[in-house]
Amino acid sequence: MAGSQGSKAAEGSKAAEGSKAAEGSKAAEGSKAAEGSVVERADLLCEAALVGDRRALARLLTAVENRTPLAEVALRRLYPRAGHAQLIGVTGPPGAGKSTLVAALIGELRRAGRPVAVVAVDPSSPITGGAVLGDRVRMQAYATDADVFIRSMAARGHAGGLSSATSAAAAVFDAVGFDVVLIETVGTGQSEVEVAAAADTTIVVEAPEMGDEIQAIKAGLLEVADVIVVNKGDRPGAHRTAGQLHAMLADAPREARPGRPAPKHPEVLVTTAATGEGVAELLGAIDRHRSSARGSDGESARLRRAEAQVWAVLVDRLHARVRALEGAEASVAATPRALLGVQPDPAAPAAGELLRSVAAHEIDPYAAADAILDRLVGAASGSGSARVR
Amino acid sequence: MTDRPLKVLIAKPGLDGHDRGAKVLARGLRDEGFEVVYTGLRQTPEMIVTAALQEDVDVVGLSILSGAHMTLLPRICALMRERGMDDVLVAAGGIIPDDDVPALKEAGVAAVFGPGTTIAQVADFLRANARARD
Repeated sequence: MAGSQGSKAAEGSKAAEGSKAAEGSKAAEGSKAAEGSVVERADLLCEAALVGDRRALARLLTAVENRTPLAEVALRRLYPRAGHAQLIGVTGPPGAGKSTLVAALIGELRRAGRPVAVVAVDPSSPITGGAVLGDRVRMQAYATDADVFIRSMAARGHAGGLSSATSAAAAVFDAVGFDVVLIETVGTGQSEVEVAAAADTTIVVEAPEMGDEIQAIKAGLLEVADVIVVNKGDRPGAHRTAGQLHAMLADAPREARPGRPAPKHPEVLVTTAATGEGVAELLGAIDRHRSSARGSDGESARLRRAEAQVWAVLVDRLHARVRALEGAEASVAATPRALLGVQPDPAAPAAGELLRSVAAHEIDPYAAADAILDRLVGAASGSGSARVR
Repeated sequence: MTDRPLKVLIAKPGLDGHDRGAKVLARGLRDEGFEVVYTGLRQTPEMIVTAALQEDVDVVGLSILSGAHMTLLPRICALMRERGMDDVLVAAGGIIPDDDVPALKEAGVAAVFGPGTTIAQVADFLRANARARD
């Protein structure tokens, strides 16, 4: 460990000498930032991003998205500066008009002089890992506004409607001074509700005639809405759809049951994002929700967000520990086997044997999972002894 | 992590409305495992370079069939250099006469792909020539 750090430092200083020889252009500064230690590079990028360098900001976001070691250093530095931005989630089914509505919201917010950042998530291919990120197409009117920053992200296999780095990216935007961060999810079905934990205010965008009262009372997406928007208000049926949604959701009880969050009473609005109609009213509804959520509800929402963030890191760390145990070649499928394979304990059955036992119904999956967990915790705390039965 | 996807911006500078090629390429590169940001039609050089900067892409792919490539493409390359984006690969496609290719390469366009190019050829070129990732 110490040896590898030493050699990394030596490489770093050699590279720094090289770049000193280069002429002092902007590009040379960039390459200097790319060659120092991770901490130095993170510091340089953070400093630059905090004073408005958009390229540095873009690079930080890439690091965050790829969850590099630099990202952790940077996020630890930036996190104390975040917490001031208004985080607005925009979710709903594909084609409902989320991106167009986000563009219209950018327009309203810019008219009010507020700097806006957007994180727009689109799905990754489960087959090739590739993606087409097309949300910017609707937002081109603000492409060269210096106080608008739009970043597309692929979901990269994350299932909740966001990418795993979305909240962290929002925190970076928040820290460098964006007043509002709009978080646009992938086109969702009924149950991708993760955005509600990532945003202060969650807008669910529906299109006209997308369903009747029965759809409105189903559990899932509509339950997490702070504001419901029926977009494409110029289409037939938009106001009828809004009326149905309002009728079914207005009946929710006013009082919270003990131990449960207070039921939401989302405003239902009709917008035509393509023309901007109703968008100023939507911003009004968002701000009303924000000021009504400043009290204890807002506090519990912030705690939920903190919990989600800590859990995400915890899960990451756990994955990393497992990978560290099993060596470089990691795959989810190989994890338990490889994990059980380390430090063979004569008292414990070999990994393959454990899984074979589960396959043969000799032991149950719970016992096998406990065995893996014991082995992991033992390895992590250095005690090393694992119980299997 | 070196196995993460390359990120490519596909943009259409100028005023022609022929975006079939750009869309086919976006979809084809998706199938090759790239993350493709598509920005739509009628982009100014400033819009394209700003999008490339904000998205921190590894490659900018420019599709142009209007004949304005000798004006627009060097302008895009110059803007990218101005903003310190020297490490971003620029490739072009569309209807570009062979005679113009040397001047475009001089201006900073790494490759020009004409009609008949396969998606696999483009993908292989981008993988071989895009900047090293950290």
